[in-house]
Amino acid sequence: MTIDTIKTPVTSESGEPSPGAMLRKRVFGHWGFMIGAFVLIAIFLMAIFAPYISPGDPFDQVLSRKLVPPIWSDSAKATWDHPLGTDHLGRDYMTRLFYGARISLLIGFGAMLISGVIGTTLGVLAGYYGGRVDMVVNFIITTRLSMPVVLVALAVVSIVGSSLTVVIWVLGLLIWDRFAVVMRSATQQVRALDFVTSAQALGCSTPRILLTEVMPNITNHLIVIATLEMAHAILLEAALSFLGLGVQPPEPSWGLMISEAKGMIFFDPWLITIPGLALFALVLSINLLGDGIRDVTAPENRN
Amino acid sequence: MATKSDSKRVLEVSRLNVEIPVPTGMLRPVQNVSLHVDRGETLCVVGESGCGKSLTSLAIMDLLPSKAKRTCDHMLLSGDSVFQIGERAMSDIRGDRMSMIFQEPMTSLNPAYTIGNQLAEALQRHRKVSSDEARQRAIYLLEKVGITAAAGRLGQYPHQLSGGLRQRVMIAMALMCGPDLIIADEPTTALDVTIQAQILHLLADLQREFQMGMILITHDLGVVARIADRVAVMYAGQIVETGTAQQIFNTPEHPYTRGLLECIPIPGKTRRGERLGAIPGIVPSLVGHMQGCHFASRCPQVSNACRSATVELLPTKQPGHISRCLLTQSAGAETPQREGAAS
Amino acid sequence: MLYYTLKRLGVAVLVAITVSILSFSMIYLSGDPAVALAGEGASNEDIENVRRVYGFDRPIIVQYGGWLVQALQGNLGHSNYLKAPVASVIFERLPTTMLLGACSLAFALLLAIPLGVVAAIRPNSLIDRVALSVAVVGQAMPSFWFALTLILWFGITWRLLPITGTDSWKNFIMPSMALGYYLTPAVMRLTRAGMLEVLSSDYIRTARAKGLRPLTVMFKHALRNAIIPVVSLAAVQFGFMLGGSIVIETIFAINGLGYLAWESIQRADLPMMQAIVLVLSIFYILLTFLADMLNAFLDPRIRVA
Repeated sequence: MTIDTIKTPVTSESGEPSPGAMLRKRVFGHWGFMIGAFVLIAIFLMAIFAPYISPGDPFDQVLSRKLVPPIWSDSAKATWDHPLGTDHLGRDYMTRLFYGARISLLIGFGAMLISGVIGTTLGVLAGYYGGRVDMVVNFIITTRLSMPVVLVALAVVSIVGSSLTVVIWVLGLLIWDRFAVVMRSATQQVRALDFVTSAQALGCSTPRILLTEVMPNITNHLIVIATLEMAHAILLEAALSFLGLGVQPPEPSWGLMISEAKGMIFFDPWLITIPGLALFALVLSINLLGDGIRDVTAPENRN
Repeated sequence: MATKSDSKRVLEVSRLNVEIPVPTGMLRPVQNVSLHVDRGETLCVVGESGCGKSLTSLAIMDLLPSKAKRTCDHMLLSGDSVFQIGERAMSDIRGDRMSMIFQEPMTSLNPAYTIGNQLAEALQRHRKVSSDEARQRAIYLLEKVGITAAAGRLGQYPHQLSGGLRQRVMIAMALMCGPDLIIADEPTTALDVTIQAQILHLLADLQREFQMGMILITHDLGVVARIADRVAVMYAGQIVETGTAQQIFNTPEHPYTRGLLECIPIPGKTRRGERLGAIPGIVPSLVGHMQGCHFASRCPQVSNACRSATVELLPTKQPGHISRCLLTQSAGAETPQREGAAS
Repeated sequence: MLYYTLKRLGVAVLVAITVSILSFSMIYLSGDPAVALAGEGASNEDIENVRRVYGFDRPIIVQYGGWLVQALQGNLGHSNYLKAPVASVIFERLPTTMLLGACSLAFALLLAIPLGVVAAIRPNSLIDRVALSVAVVGQAMPSFWFALTLILWFGITWRLLPITGTDSWKNFIMPSMALGYYLTPAVMRLTRAGMLEVLSSDYIRTARAKGLRPLTVMFKHALRNAIIPVVSLAAVQFGFMLGGSIVIETIFAINGLGYLAWESIQRADLPMMQAIVLVLSIFYILLTFLADMLNAFLDPRIRVA
């Protein structure tokens, strides 16, 4: 009775470029992605080649040359021997900054891996099985969210004793919630799609379906959350170290460097500004990269 | 070419165009559409999905998406121009002198407010009335649109009502200020078939009772046959034929209109097992400018002239009946009429 | 609505019990809590003494039961260091932290919601881009560094605001900014996304078709619906902020719960740490429950089911 019976599609005359070319165009046209990738690679190289590019040794104390200001200051004490100056124990600040990048990246990456494994497992199981499993996982997530991260991390680290490994594990065990939440909803969406149903109908085993059908389709979400959580872990480590319960002296963690410089805020504020900017640049570049990946892989999800 | 503006004329639109920039160029979903509605008259605009009929109605209400640009020669509501008079003046007119009923009753009401609130707001925006008067008016109209226990409904939220009831509320809301013109954009598409008929009868009754002009946009030719005074058939952004309902149904001139009518089974005439008509081919893209008749690619009677000539609306043998086809049987074929005089 | 309330309440109670078990078992992380409590250099006799006094020799389930009964009666234990009941110390410090949290929340909402609305009204405009940049930058800023930077400018260079303490309302400006700034990006993004979605909805078109003024459409019809998820987020984030207050309170020497937590951690005051974790968690659970209720109040689809 209605004209819908002759409803027809509208033609598209424009020739679409290949998916690969479009992806390249989006990647290189995305400023945030490019800036994030560039800064992150720079910091990464800085961390890897720290022993070769550093002007000094991160632990060498030269008390006669303590608190040398950075090169851009007006002070006569500024010298190219210490481009970013020295700290209160006469250690070269640029060297400590380079070595600090190693700690931040190591902790960020380690904690992200641990939390990623936990959160993804929980989230995918909840999203795939639904029902009781979903309820239990939801309950675990709610419980985890109700515990204050910084406080619990501090308390646990103080009880167990602080080391790089402990910090990585504590953070990894605490920040998996976002992985679980996002993976859960992503899996729920994928699960409802036809190819999963047909795989089930063909009699594929559940692990096989999860690995070959579900996982590939939630990977882009996974990567985005992974970058966010890596940034989160780096910030948390810095906060723990700042409060004196993360990485222990004399290791050159950026948070610890800021903490050690607190007392000198009146006369030598650069000691705080420099590692702060480094942290800020690292976290910002990771976030930009994550946002960029989201935009590039799924532009429709942009808000 | 000027149509004399007589007092009966509620709406007159001349050469309305809508343009939307898209990545591949300029989309022109509404091209040179001219139409008019008189007091107490129902004009049905019919056409396939995507032919531009909904955008035409939104353009008249000035509710187009912000990217879309509209142009026209003139647009008169009861003799007053309503084209480019500014958002402030336009908002004074919307909901007061002309109002609109949308396709989706399920999502067209704000979930956060009660029916009563949303009805009263429509009146209080345009009239200085107390909340109690607004409430009385709302109850009166809810009863008019066939909602029982209207006073109790005022305190309910949209999610508590069925789709049919919500559409009745939308109709009541459109009538709050007693508009001269009501535009109904496929008001029954989203509803159950049994409810569809009720809502249409209701609209037709109310239109007669309040002597409003009504534009009913639909793709349901059965509806058109029952309640239209006049019909405008749209295809690919243009009006291809317009005339009284009788002219369109009994003596269709345009091949597209004829194709549409062949798609409808007629009780008693269409034999059991007989194939219904179908129009082969696809709707052309409306990006950029197109040469020739828009229907040429699908027309069974196409000639070479159709693909190159600019086809204007031409008068047929009957007064008020015009068709955008070179084959149109014209009364005085020597002087092709300008589109401004369309209809 | 009653069913909804009861269900939420049930989940909240279950979560609270789980959290209490977790914070109770925290003292076992060190291996032998008696050794940890007795402190360094304690003799075996001292350790045995502590074990008996604290009841660590009893089965764990009995210990937890006893602890829970005490906690429900408002007895959260005794601080070895302060020689005072934990509960009274905590409730003495709590109002300061609440005040800081409320100020931070107010700062964040007052900044983020208008920005989010404006950004949504004019998507891709200059102001939208600026707002988004502020959000991206804000998320990358370590809170303690931001706090120190504020001190550096407002406290030291321009000498506008006091650096530490809680003597006047001026003392709360910088801490509130430092703590609230962390919440701003999330609220702003959510407001913007919600407004964008709502503004393209059918009922906004209906509101415009009624001839309503743009401001009425924006505030009565759009913001009212877009704000619902923001309310939940704000309540949840308020809980996170109290957790994060430990960093800010330490920097500005604000004598609240966060500072107390830090002091207790420094002093290895286990009962105090345990109790603060528990109190903050319960408070968070309470907040999410209230957020659910507020959500139901704002959204008639939940309220009038």
